[in-house]
Amino acid sequence: MRLQATGLRVRLRRDEVLHGIDLHLEAGEWLGVIGPNGAGKSTLLKALAGVLRHTGTLEIGSGPRATQIALMPQAPLLPEGMSVVEYVLLGRTAHLGWLRGETRRDRRIAAEVIGRLRLDEFVDRPVTSLSGGEAQRAVVARALAQQTQILLLDEPTSALDLGHQAEVLSVVDELRRQDGISVIAAMHDLGSAARYADRLQLLAAGSTAAVGTPTQVLDPDVLTRVYRTPLDVHQLDGEIVVLPRRAATTGRNNP
Amino acid sequence: MPTDTTVAPAHSPDQEAPLAVVRAADRAYRLSLRALLAALALLVIAGLVSATVGAAGLPVSAVVSALLDALPGVRVDSGLTTSQEAILWSIRLPRAVLSMLVGAALGMAGAAYQGVFRNPLADPYLLGVSAGAGLGAVLALGFDLDLSFGPFNAVPAAAFAGALLAVSGSALIARGSFSSAATLLLSGVAMAALFSAAQTYALQRLDETRAREALSWLFGQLTTHGWDQVLLLLPYVGLSGVVLLAYARHLDVLRLGDDEAKALGLKPARTRLVVIIAATLMTAAAVSVSGLIAFVGLVVPHVVRMLTGHSYRVVLPLAGVLGGAFLASVDVGARTLVAPAELPVGVITAFVGAPFFAFVLWRRGAPR
Repeated sequence: MRLQATGLRVRLRRDEVLHGIDLHLEAGEWLGVIGPNGAGKSTLLKALAGVLRHTGTLEIGSGPRATQIALMPQAPLLPEGMSVVEYVLLGRTAHLGWLRGETRRDRRIAAEVIGRLRLDEFVDRPVTSLSGGEAQRAVVARALAQQTQILLLDEPTSALDLGHQAEVLSVVDELRRQDGISVIAAMHDLGSAARYADRLQLLAAGSTAAVGTPTQVLDPDVLTRVYRTPLDVHQLDGEIVVLPRRAATTGRNNP
Repeated sequence: MPTDTTVAPAHSPDQEAPLAVVRAADRAYRLSLRALLAALALLVIAGLVSATVGAAGLPVSAVVSALLDALPGVRVDSGLTTSQEAILWSIRLPRAVLSMLVGAALGMAGAAYQGVFRNPLADPYLLGVSAGAGLGAVLALGFDLDLSFGPFNAVPAAAFAGALLAVSGSALIARGSFSSAATLLLSGVAMAALFSAAQTYALQRLDETRAREALSWLFGQLTTHGWDQVLLLLPYVGLSGVVLLAYARHLDVLRLGDDEAKALGLKPARTRLVVIIAATLMTAAAVSVSGLIAFVGLVVPHVVRMLTGHSYRVVLPLAGVLGGAFLASVDVGARTLVAPAELPVGVITAFVGAPFFAFVLWRRGAPR
C-alpha cells in the first residue's frame, strides 16, 4: 500500500466541499478520479498534495509530503523569463534545506530528467516560449525531479489537442511502468480514464459515488445518475466509450 | 512519434544527460561572476565620482590614495591638505556611502516586494511605507513631534514610526493573513490613501517656511551630518539584506504561484511574512534618513532583469549593488546641477526613472 486516505474532509471558507473521502493506492497503480464539474476532483488532489488543508488521516511514506507526492496542476503557471532547466530544478525544493541551495546532485537529477523527457534542445529556452505539448513535458519533468513515489495529475490534458493529450498520458504511463510510480489522475474524458486507469473512483458532490475497475464503475445507470444526463457506455475494440444518449428526434438530421 | 520512445528509461547508458544539459543545470540560478564584478565596478566608479565632484574639487588620484592610505598596513601620501581631508572624510564620503546604502536598500526592497506580490509594478512603498513615513516627517518638522530615541533624531524617528505604523495597519486590515497577496496589496492601497490624506491635511496647516521644509523632505534629500545617518542605516540594510538574500531561492519558488509552491513544500505565507518584514524595515530606515526617493525601487530591479535574468538569486544582489550605484550617481547631479543650491534627489530619480520606465513598458508592447 502506497497511500491510504481515510475520511478526508476539506472546507473552503465556510462550506465543506469534500465529505469524508476514503482512498487507497497501490505501488505502480493508476487510479482515475472522475466525476462531473464541481464533484471535488481537483479539491481532492490539492488536499492530497498539501495545497489545501484537510482533516482525516493520510498515510504515506515518511518525510515531508512534497518528497512523497508530486502534483501536476491543471493550469501550471509558467513564469516569465524562467528557463526550462530552472523550472525543472524547482522540483527539488522539498529536498533542499531551508537556507541551502541546490547541490551538484540536485543539478544532476534535473539534467537527467530533462534528458529522459527529451527536452534537451529546450534546456535554456524560456518556459513561456514552449508549445503546449512541450510545456506539459516540462511540467512532467519538474514533477519527476521531485522524485516522489506518487504523481497526481489534475486534468492533465484539458488545454491540449488530441495528439498532445495522448502524448502526455503515455509519457506518464511509461514513467509508471519504468519507475513503478503510482498515479492518481483527475480526468474529464471517461474513455481515456478507462484506458489508463487500473481502478476508477467516481466522485459526486464531494463524496465517493462508486469505486472499482473501469468496467464496474462505468455503468450506464450509475453515470446517468451522477452526471444527470442519460449516458450510454459502448465497447469499441476493447476500449470503453461513454457518450450522451441521443434523443430520438435528432434522427431527422440524417439524409 | 511512436509512443514507446517518448520517455527514455532512467539511467540507461545511452541516455546519460548530454554535456550541454549538465552545463545548463550547473549554471542555473547562479549569479555570474562577470555580472557581479561589472556591477561592483559601476558602484566604485559612482562612489569615486561622488567623492570627488563638488564645490571643492578633489583630484580622483588623491581620493584613491587617501582611501588606500586608510587601509591598515598601507601607507600612501595622498597629497590632500588637512581641510581637503576633512571635506573628504566628513562630508563627501559619508554622503557617497549614504546614497549607496539608500539606493541599495530601495533596489533590494523593490525586488523583494515584486517577488512576494508576484507583481512587476510593486515597489517598496506599496504597503504604505512612504505615506506613513511622510506623515511622520511632516508631524516632526511642522508640529515638533519628537519621538527621538537612540541614534534616531526627531524626523527620522517619526518617519520610521509612521512607516511601520502604516505597514502594520495594512497587515492588520488583511487580518494578519499573508496567504493572499491580493488582499495585502489592497490593504496597502487603503492605508496609503489614509496616511496621504492625513499628511496633506497636516501640510495645509503649516506656515510657508515649515511647509517648504516638509515638502523638500518629501521629495527626498540626502543630507548628512558626518557618519550619523550611515551608522543608523547600516544595521538595517545589512541585516535585512542578509535575510532577503537567504530567501531569494524561496522567492524563485513563489514565482510559480502559492498553490504550486505549497505542492513543492514551500510555505508561501511564512515566506511572505519574513520577506515583507525585512524589506519594510530596510525601506523604513532608508526613508527615515533620506525622505521619499521615487522610482529607484521600481526601476532598478527591472533594469537588472533586462540585463541578466529573472531569478531572484540574481536580481536581489544586483538590484542592491546597482541601486547603490544609481543613487550615488544621481546624487552627484542633485548636488551640482543647481549649485550652490541642491535639488531634491527624488526629483531627479523620478525625472530619469519615469521616462525610462515608460520606455521599458512601451518596448514590451501591449499589456497582456
